[in-house]
Amino acid sequence: MRIPIETFHLDNGLLVTLSEDHTAPIVAVNLWYHVGSANEREGRTGFAHLFEHMLFQGSAHVGSNEHFELIQRAGGTLNGSTWLERTNYFETVPSNELALALWLEADRMGELLPAMTQEKLDTQRDVVKNERRWSVDNQPYGTMLEKLQELTFPAWHPFQHSLIGSMEDLSAASLDDVRQFFETYYTPDNAVLSIAGDFDPAHARALVEEYFGPISRGKGKPPLPSMTLPPVFGKRLREVVPDNVNLARLFLAFRAPVFGAEEYYASSVCSALLGMRKGSRLHKSLVRERQVAADASAFTFGLAKGTDLFVVDITARAETGTAQLEEEVEREIDLLLTHGVTPEEVNRALALIETDLVTSLQSAGERADGLSMFATYFREPELINEQTSRYRAVTAEKVNGFIAERMVEENRASLLYVPKERVEAEETLAVAAGVS
Amino acid sequence: MVAALRPKPGPARSYQFPIFQGEALSGGAQLLVAPVEKLPIVTVLVVVDTGSTNEAAGKEGVAKLTASALLEGSRNYDGAELAEKFEQLGTSLESGADWDSTFVKITVLSERLPAALALLGEVLTTPVFPEREVERLKAERLSEILQTETEPRALADERFESFLYAEESRYSKPDGGSAESVTGLSRADVERFYHSRFVSGATTVILAGDIDPARARILVESTLNGLVNGAPPVRSLVVAPRSGTRNVHIVSKSGAPQSELRVGHIGLPRKHPDFFPTMVMNAVLGGLFGSRINLNLREAHGYTYGASSYYDWRRGHGPFAVATAVASDVTAPALREIFLEIDRIREEEISAEELSLATDYLEGVFPIRYETTSAVATALASLVIHGLPRDYYDSYRRNIRDVTVGAVLEAARKHLHPGELQTVVVGDPALIRESLAELGAGVVHIHNGQ
Repeated sequence: MRIPIETFHLDNGLLVTLSEDHTAPIVAVNLWYHVGSANEREGRTGFAHLFEHMLFQGSAHVGSNEHFELIQRAGGTLNGSTWLERTNYFETVPSNELALALWLEADRMGELLPAMTQEKLDTQRDVVKNERRWSVDNQPYGTMLEKLQELTFPAWHPFQHSLIGSMEDLSAASLDDVRQFFETYYTPDNAVLSIAGDFDPAHARALVEEYFGPISRGKGKPPLPSMTLPPVFGKRLREVVPDNVNLARLFLAFRAPVFGAEEYYASSVCSALLGMRKGSRLHKSLVRERQVAADASAFTFGLAKGTDLFVVDITARAETGTAQLEEEVEREIDLLLTHGVTPEEVNRALALIETDLVTSLQSAGERADGLSMFATYFREPELINEQTSRYRAVTAEKVNGFIAERMVEENRASLLYVPKERVEAEETLAVAAGVS
Repeated sequence: MVAALRPKPGPARSYQFPIFQGEALSGGAQLLVAPVEKLPIVTVLVVVDTGSTNEAAGKEGVAKLTASALLEGSRNYDGAELAEKFEQLGTSLESGADWDSTFVKITVLSERLPAALALLGEVLTTPVFPEREVERLKAERLSEILQTETEPRALADERFESFLYAEESRYSKPDGGSAESVTGLSRADVERFYHSRFVSGATTVILAGDIDPARARILVESTLNGLVNGAPPVRSLVVAPRSGTRNVHIVSKSGAPQSELRVGHIGLPRKHPDFFPTMVMNAVLGGLFGSRINLNLREAHGYTYGASSYYDWRRGHGPFAVATAVASDVTAPALREIFLEIDRIREEEISAEELSLATDYLEGVFPIRYETTSAVATALASLVIHGLPRDYYDSYRRNIRDVTVGAVLEAARKHLHPGELQTVVVGDPALIRESLAELGAGVVHIHNGQ
């Protein structure tokens, strides 16, 4: 499976990738800015994401919320998202509306600041605070991401702090922060533009040059500190979180090879082998056979810098004690270390991954997003066509090599959510027995 | 700097929803095939005309349990072997049931389709429902019920429906069953449900993707060989409201940093003659990002991360609801805005710009919805489940375009009922009780959240 790819640069540094597919009259436009929560300065956690909201508040020639309205009126879908290492903005539109989508993205890349006001910032700050309440504070296990970051990265590391941000830091964000962040990071030389679907390449290129060409190159961004970390934590890490939940849940995290590295593919196959679908090792063992878990999965964060995180995620059945949950999961990991995995298990994981890769290429939006990702992280959009062969190169021996290096005792971090009531009941018992 | 002039759209290229063929199989089941020549992948969706609304009283949850248990053992393989065999083929496999139907869906690379279909046939026609696996699936459902108690959105959805529908309506209870009903289910219930419902006359097999209809027919004929003959079930669904007046139900969650809100009443069945004007009316009211309710609550007031309204389209009268989550201290003001918006759309015609925002969006986004084999198969399933005409997707955009501002006003007046609105708030009563009592939205009731 290969998709056609054409790549070029504008003089201002914007990297552009094109991928034609004329099966339906739709086209996806996708912009990645190489900035995420890792680039936030001290005291401004959550700012990269708040800033993403501000990008929908209009620009020199676009009114507040008009970006949404114009794209939806054109029959398109759109959104944006923020991650530790990048922020993306994307729309899929009927192919005759390609110019509109490009023009809107160019207007906000070139001239966002004239549209920024204190009132808009205040409203979006409230919206984001509500997003935090909705997705983090009022959700069972909702603090998982920020607690895992805090537990597994050293305090100085750019991946250590919260992506959604603290209420306090969100309150502190000012219009001056908006200006600085925009001028530093939202520049054509810090962005990748991908177009996938039904378009004429010469026409698309002319539009890109017309709309994005006049935007000035940036003055460079402050370098991130060296993000490299040793391959293992060096000791056992553990945090217990009493939460408003009825079922205990364990996130067991390991430092893992960065996204894109050859060893990453062994890590990714290992995560599928352990936790992808019902035939996976952990589902078979903990959910089906031993019946101690209600659910079992595993995934990698896919971080391209410093170190990646490999996470095993197990939700206990109601009758499973929290200590038992930890023991059962550890036992599975120890079994992996002692006996390794079989070629059949690797084949199962590879077959599922291959179906998923083809499935994702069906959508113009996902093609464009994949192109942007490989272009942003590695300056090589063509890597999208190499994924199947990179995965196929993974053998049981390579997965076992990954396990032997990374799943050792001194590379395990447990984030354990336990029902608050259970903790309180145990504390009461402990007090009654005079132990505490 | 960037050109100030907004670009105009170029000439639109036409779009055709994938052409599909339908035929009856020799055993009595139906086959629908939509060839999509794009990537070497196929989705097979088997739809059985039976769902939660076919469950006997006290057996709530048996439809979903049966759908899950299908994959847990067949004549030749146990559940673990089935999972292993499907997954060695890279098959993405899913089974489930909703109010109206039961489905099993696979997506697989086309070269592996024959092997995956053979397994699918085995699962559909020779399930053995091992006692141990049925009991395990029951326990997993009970875990899910416990999870719902602590998840405000799911809890609000579930309680909203229980306050909307009369006790004797199947819609008043969760589609997956309650802790009580699920605990009472047995392997025999599952087997009985399967044998009486999974019959050829109730079954449709849909293929979308890299496959031609003649080959599909040959493959599927042998797959379904063994399905018992029989006709689809007759349904008798009770749909009555629980209360004839407005009420406010606070589902107590002390210390909640937000109030999770649902406001609505019983809506319309999917196959209603006013479907198109009602859908467009809802898009303007709360269906789009640029809808009145979202712009009001999110962009004008900053009360929420997002607010929307929807009709849950089922064969019977599913709910109409406005859904959002707001900071506790603005619960009453946010509800007031929701009531105002529901009143306003019934009072005067929407503007031509509002109408075109909705209709242009719904018309334009149509091809984007069917990019994947899975989406095409699901769209065809919806024709079967709701008994929609074969040319439904070909006439869809014309039907949208034909909706007028007058028709939207008429739909709002006929199908939104401010006097019947039920309000559900999952939140902290200490913070909201007083202001909700002053709201005039009905008697305030407080319920335990657990």
